[in-house]
Amino acid sequence: MAEHGDAQAALIPFLQYCQEQDGYVTQQAVSDAAALTGITDGEVESIVSFYSLLFQHPVGKHIIHACRTLSCMLGGADRLHEHIRRRLGVRNGETSADGEFTYQEVECLAACDKAPCLQHNLQFHYNVTPEEFDRLLETWRAQPAGAALPAE
Amino acid sequence: MATFEPVLTKGVGQLDLTDVAAYRKNGGFVALEKALKDMTPESIIAEVTASNLRGRGGAGFPTGKKWGFLPKDGRPRYLVCNCDEAEPGTFKDHMLLEQTPLQLIEGLILSAYAINAAHIVVYIRGEFLEGYRIFMRALSAAREAGYVGDNLLGSGYSADILVHRGAGAYICGEETAMLESIEGKRGEPRLKPPFPANAGLFGMPTVVNNVETLCCIPHILTRGAAWFASIGPPKSPGPKIISVSGQVQKPGNYEIPMGLPAGELLQDYAGGLLPGRTLKAIQPGGGSSAAIFAEDLHTGIDYDSLAAKQTMLGSGGFVVMDDTTCMVRASMTLVRFFEYESCGQCTPCREGGQWVHRILRRLEAGEGSDADLLVLNTINDTLTGTNLCPLGDSIMPFLLSVLRRFPQEFAEHVTLAGCPFDPARRMVAA
Ligand SMILES: Cc1cc2nc3c(=O)[nH]c(=O)nc-3n(C[C@H](O)[C@H](O)[C@H](O)COP(=O)(O)O)c2cc1C
Ligand code: SF4
Ligand code: FES
Repeated sequence: MAEHGDAQAALIPFLQYCQEQDGYVTQQAVSDAAALTGITDGEVESIVSFYSLLFQHPVGKHIIHACRTLSCMLGGADRLHEHIRRRLGVRNGETSADGEFTYQEVECLAACDKAPCLQHNLQFHYNVTPEEFDRLLETWRAQPAGAALPAE
Repeated sequence: MATFEPVLTKGVGQLDLTDVAAYRKNGGFVALEKALKDMTPESIIAEVTASNLRGRGGAGFPTGKKWGFLPKDGRPRYLVCNCDEAEPGTFKDHMLLEQTPLQLIEGLILSAYAINAAHIVVYIRGEFLEGYRIFMRALSAAREAGYVGDNLLGSGYSADILVHRGAGAYICGEETAMLESIEGKRGEPRLKPPFPANAGLFGMPTVVNNVETLCCIPHILTRGAAWFASIGPPKSPGPKIISVSGQVQKPGNYEIPMGLPAGELLQDYAGGLLPGRTLKAIQPGGGSSAAIFAEDLHTGIDYDSLAAKQTMLGSGGFVVMDDTTCMVRASMTLVRFFEYESCGQCTPCREGGQWVHRILRRLEAGEGSDADLLVLNTINDTLTGTNLCPLGDSIMPFLLSVLRRFPQEFAEHVTLAGCPFDPARRMVAA
């Protein structure tokens, strides 16, 4: 895209790539991005902070995004979220004590017919009950870690 | 019963429409072959204009007219596809992207040819990782088959498609915020005018169209504008995918003829309410739309019929709520959405959303007061109509519609010092 406009159009794809390598947008990535696009570190940081899928701090290998918007609420999201928080020992937005799981309640994921839904490292899971969540948790724990938020 | 023969979703769930051969067998690429051989760009725009197709992204702007606004000044033009679907209750573009990506690609190439766009950019919501992967596979298959790239089908016309993955922000679905985001900036809506037709992506003339809008184009060209215009009300015609969710037997995407009464969608397509429940409210057009109620079930699902009911077709997200659902709770969930997704540029949107959210939360927790109810009933005058983009004006419509309809339910949260639907207060524990 950068070849069309100016170099800044490469910024977000570049940050997405860095995050896939490092797990989050490191200070090094911010400086590299600033050098690449000709803007300041501060401007890059302000852009990173705008987007919910770019992380300014280290996060777990497993990122759980649980939908809390209307259709999922009607489908029992509150009960599910209460269960997840208890199971992981976290509040919304926190990472579990072992550093493995980051839990974030998010807005509508465009899968409202299969409520409540969640994403684990951007993979969808539908109609998730607390029991189903426990089962999923076991498989995630057993699974080799890939990129939490794959860029490709 | 549901008898409408699907157009946009024909073969979905039965065939693997990500495969070029299967898509062709289903009628795909006929329009593209015909247009590149026999149609001029002007004749395509004329056909789309005559079809009365209105944009499926939410605003319902006539597509042919939008294409006609581009200045004829020789600057390079861009076509941007809005696949950032995040409006609460809406999941049709997500389905079209994953289930029938070649139809989208065909629509993109046809539209780009019609407006003579030098470049096509598809903005795919960051959360749609699977959809992105499916689309990229379909794109390389289409390229290999000669439907995307240089000198398409020997016509001399060339078009390529670039994909930009979103990074998480509902507001980037607003078209000017989307352009900012593609340019590598914070996704903050621009002041209009200038409109994208004059100063869009990188300052160049740009058309932004929704996924479903683009998917209509091949069908209009193969079956004709008159056929399309004859489906449903003349000013708001065509097939339309409605995403039904909430408290119904069979939630899902349903393709209906525009103008179908809301009650028929609910009963014949979505299987009706859960056993023993009664209808309380329906949000007919995504999180930004005001509610309709049981006496409105005869209302046609189309732009003008819903506008006449002080609500809108919007994105086509149809959320059904029955008598077990608390309206304070439902409103709180939606207001929280807008509060969270506000880009923060405008004070009424940024501060008003927070204020209303806090009030609804207090009511739900049993800590609300009469003064809170008074604010809810009066804040609209300063909150709505004072914002740069439509997000700020989307905070209040649903809340106001249910507040007017169920004032006693809101008042009860104060007199009972708690939620009548949730006496144990489990829901506000979070
Ligand atoms: C806050 C906000 C969010 C929007 N989100 C979307 C979206 O996710 N998808 C979409 O197609 N249009 C969305 N729109 C509408 C777009 O701004 C634009 O009108 C649309 O993409 C134009 O395409 P159409 O003419 O084909 O409908 C949104 C508008 C606003 C104000
Ligand atoms: S209305 Fe809200 S979302 Fe829209 S530009 Fe203003 S602050 Fe941003
Ligand atoms: S409300 Fe949860 S996916 Fe839409």
